[in-house]
Amino acid sequence: MAQQIRIFVPRETSAVSLGADEIAALIGQHIERKRLDATVVRNGSWGMCWLEPLVEVEFEDQRVAYGPVTPEVLDELLAADLLSAGEHDLRLGSTTDIPYLQQQDRWTFRRVGLIDPLSLDDFRANGGFAGVTRAFEIGPAAILQEVAASGLRGRGGAGFPTGIKWQTVAAAENDRKYIACNADEGDSGTFSDRLLMEGDPLTLIEGMLIAGYAVGASRGYVYLRSEYPLTRQILGEALELARDTGWLGENIQGSGFNFDIELHIGAGSYVCGEETAMLESLEGKAGLVRYKPPLPALEGLFGKPTVVNNVITLASVPEIVARGGEHYAALGVGRSRGTLAFQLAGNVKRGGLVEKAFGLTLRQLLEDWAGGTASGRDIRAVQIGGPLGAYFPQALLDTPLDYEAFMAVDGMLGHGGIVVFDDQVDMAAQARFAMEFCAIESCGKCTPCRIGSVRGVEVIDRIVANDNREANLELLGDLCDTMVDGSLCAMGGMTPFPIRSAIKHFPEDFT
Amino acid sequence: MPEQYDSAVASELIERFDARPEMLLQILHAFAERFTHICEESILKLAAELNLSRAEVHGVVSFYHDFRREPAGKRVVRICQAEACQSMGSRELTAHAEKTLGIGLNATTADGETTLEPVYCLGNCACSPAMMVDGRVYGRVNNERFDTILDPAET
Repeated sequence: MAQQIRIFVPRETSAVSLGADEIAALIGQHIERKRLDATVVRNGSWGMCWLEPLVEVEFEDQRVAYGPVTPEVLDELLAADLLSAGEHDLRLGSTTDIPYLQQQDRWTFRRVGLIDPLSLDDFRANGGFAGVTRAFEIGPAAILQEVAASGLRGRGGAGFPTGIKWQTVAAAENDRKYIACNADEGDSGTFSDRLLMEGDPLTLIEGMLIAGYAVGASRGYVYLRSEYPLTRQILGEALELARDTGWLGENIQGSGFNFDIELHIGAGSYVCGEETAMLESLEGKAGLVRYKPPLPALEGLFGKPTVVNNVITLASVPEIVARGGEHYAALGVGRSRGTLAFQLAGNVKRGGLVEKAFGLTLRQLLEDWAGGTASGRDIRAVQIGGPLGAYFPQALLDTPLDYEAFMAVDGMLGHGGIVVFDDQVDMAAQARFAMEFCAIESCGKCTPCRIGSVRGVEVIDRIVANDNREANLELLGDLCDTMVDGSLCAMGGMTPFPIRSAIKHFPEDFT
Repeated sequence: MPEQYDSAVASELIERFDARPEMLLQILHAFAERFTHICEESILKLAAELNLSRAEVHGVVSFYHDFRREPAGKRVVRICQAEACQSMGSRELTAHAEKTLGIGLNATTADGETTLEPVYCLGNCACSPAMMVDGRVYGRVNNERFDTILDPAET
């Protein structure tokens, strides 16, 4: 008897936003009507967003991809014998042979797209829980060594060495410690946390288990933004699955280690992605930024030592512990070790997620992967690192992608989001938006951010209106200095980055 | 459909979170899903049951964009205003939406049908512009697609 045919249709926000649920339902109906021995699997997305919805059919030990599929074109595809990987204009060949995917260094995302995110069998058959299993064997001290040896730095944006953070929490003596996962992925142009949580949520759970075991914490929190309703559903289901199968709770897999995770949903505040504002929010309060010190590693959630890590940081750990930190450290350049999940967004022909070792240039990503702009026009500006990141002109596109190289040109890699604008962009409008966004999202605790952002919008308006232009440009420079030097957190402290870069590289737009 | 505030239902929702004060945001989300808006009575109720001051509860409700003090329209349309969507024409899409609905952002149509709001990133940045209608995300939204999504005859 022939093996059951599996058809993969992503259950992932981008694919669903373009009709994946309808496509999955229609294929299901087709299977039923024709009484076929086939089943629809809802996988995560491979991250080739421009091809979504990407439908795959298992055929002769390969997965053959079709995309972008729309509900409207599905009848035609089924008639072209989709279920036997038939010929069609949308047929892309074997998924893993698509150059966009083939030329990546998939470490953290190695199962994303491949597996059914809510199948424990799929997860384990592809290396899942190997990290935590080894962690239980080697013990906390050796885990800390592996993480330090990997050179992993915080992927949320700040790039702080994860090993040092974990060691600080491990060394702190307290009756309670916490792991707080920052899943408040608010930067425009970023979606890697979401893709990971929707496509392989058990990896995040595994990373949090290892973190908890390594530092002596028995409770974890995931702070997920409310703008991700589908992620909430999938991660919630994964947490239930882990609990039901003894991977969360008391005496996990006979290790004697107790750990559970509570999912908290944010409420539409950007600043809650800042770690101390997030901790306030997790405590049920308004997301006002805290003074540092004390460091959250010593006095964090509810005043207890807390590991605050981004989703990708935690999700990178299982493979590091499973294979050994030196394998991760072998990738990358300088002090940027391992891989970063870059996200190509905005006006690009081929948007999506590209996990690569640090060190390639921005131009390589934009040409080899993104393939230029969606509009077909020239690239004029590229914003890297979210709304607090600098705008890069063409002349800076050869900057290598590593933390230090970006700092050297007044930029930041941040969470790896890359937003492309074509030659129709008005950079004065973008600079104004940076101030406007800061005014909307400022927590209000410190004056440079709360007041500075409002005044900043006004000053930019006067510059553009040619009202006392030179004096107002100087004033804006002063205001930016004050915000950088005097703000409590990156919200006010880095809002000037996109503004200064816009003025420096695109002065002609400010007349 | 959201209903009017009801004290017994509110108690039940609070109990679901064991009346833990750190769960205030989560309880407010439960209120927001169940009731038309966060009314004055719900603030009093939460303060009493979580042992918080009214000012503390009010402070949280007013800090976060997700919690409304007034009922929304029957349908809530949120258009992303962040950079990735801007680069693909979200400003033009927003102008089209405002013109079609006859209202600006953060407003509800006179017939109470539709509320139009900004949102800053739905994480659909490689399929921009993006919008959300009643919690469902749509990608690659141009003016034409916007009309189709909103016109009940088409959907």
